[in-house]
Amino acid sequence: MLAKRIVPCLDVKDGRTVKGVNFVDLIDAGDPVELGKVYSDQGADELVFLDITATHEERKTVKEMVRRVAANINIPFTIGGGIGSIKDAAEMLDNGADKVSVNSAAVKNPQLVENLAREFGSQFVVVAIDAKNVGEDWIVHVSGGRKPTDRFLFEWAQLVADMGAGEILFTSMNHDGTKGGFANDALAKLSDMLPIPIIASGGAGEMQHFKDTFVKGKADAALAASVFHFHEIDIPDLKQYLHNEGITVRLD
Amino acid sequence: MIAIIDYNAGNTRSVLFAMNRLNVDAVLTSDHSKIQSADKVIFPGVGEASTTMAFLQNQGLDQLITSLRQPVLGICLGLQLMCKHSEENDTKCLGIFDVEVKRFSGEGDLKVPQMGWNQIMHLSSPLFAKNHDGDYAYFVHSYYAELADEYTIAQTTHGETFSSALHRDNFFATQFHPEKSGNVGENILKSFLEL
Repeated sequence: MLAKRIVPCLDVKDGRTVKGVNFVDLIDAGDPVELGKVYSDQGADELVFLDITATHEERKTVKEMVRRVAANINIPFTIGGGIGSIKDAAEMLDNGADKVSVNSAAVKNPQLVENLAREFGSQFVVVAIDAKNVGEDWIVHVSGGRKPTDRFLFEWAQLVADMGAGEILFTSMNHDGTKGGFANDALAKLSDMLPIPIIASGGAGEMQHFKDTFVKGKADAALAASVFHFHEIDIPDLKQYLHNEGITVRLD
Repeated sequence: MIAIIDYNAGNTRSVLFAMNRLNVDAVLTSDHSKIQSADKVIFPGVGEASTTMAFLQNQGLDQLITSLRQPVLGICLGLQLMCKHSEENDTKCLGIFDVEVKRFSGEGDLKVPQMGWNQIMHLSSPLFAKNHDGDYAYFVHSYYAELADEYTIAQTTHGETFSSALHRDNFFATQFHPEKSGNVGENILKSFLEL
């Protein structure tokens, strides 16, 4: 049976790992390759590197980092941040990335998702969606959660899935940084709606939150950052806990 | 020297990196003579079957691959292309394994593509000398090779139970990515290198 995945997310800026609390205030947490290797050795199922300040001038740094990660780490990883074209994505692939995630660029130009899927295959294309729950609606935000758009979560997720996205990485802005658990109702709805895997993001604080997002949220994978970076939860303990709770996870 | 066949198919570089991690001399190449003279050949691949087959034919790599006598390891799409036929755009493949490649039904709660870690079972090959039934390997695929008594050396279940590895003579293939499957995958690559 396919195992539920635990995915540490490493936000990187200028080649260093950082983690924003509700996307603001950044705290340095080390070298992305070293940290990635630690997580891989601990049993992380894959890694996400999110370049939060990618600009044209910095692409070279990102490419070098991707190459170093690919050379040193033997589990899959996704690179996101600033990927806006086939050319950007091809550079990531050429340097050894397994997947790219696109967010703002896809909202600006949804055709990008279809083009990426056609060029590289759906398995290479993760669409990251940051959304905020306001009343009945989940409003999609871009630019690291700073700008609201006229897109709504479920319609947007359906559209990108139809266009060939291989996975959806959904971050609830209401839950991110709260450590109060994942947005399981919205996640379950996404998972029921869509044929592709859903990665839950935003809200991890305790081990039970992971169990809940796999069971109640029907998520295929759960992503977290600071709980791992600051050793509030260690991955081997988390996996053993999930296994004991009857969740299928990969144990060594 | 290990030759990794370099063609228009996905993440070939990660296989090269995996070889480097094992301190093995490997080269990414589409040069026929280099491939022919290599001690072992890896045929990786991620992508769509029909365009990739057309590309191989265009380069004459289809005939080259089937004529190889040294150990060959197909990975992911490589495995599928080594089969007889794929449902993906009704593609005639290399025919090394007399096996059909089908699409996952996606019925019930099953996600397609299968993306993630799944168990490899009923392991029966020197390729898995350092592995155990139930080891987890990393898969990303929407199509799978059917079970075939004569060729199947590992089985995995994602709705259907399928061939997660195949073998005939000097040809080996895995549906999963050993180069991305942590220590489990590294052990498989080591075993392949020792064949």
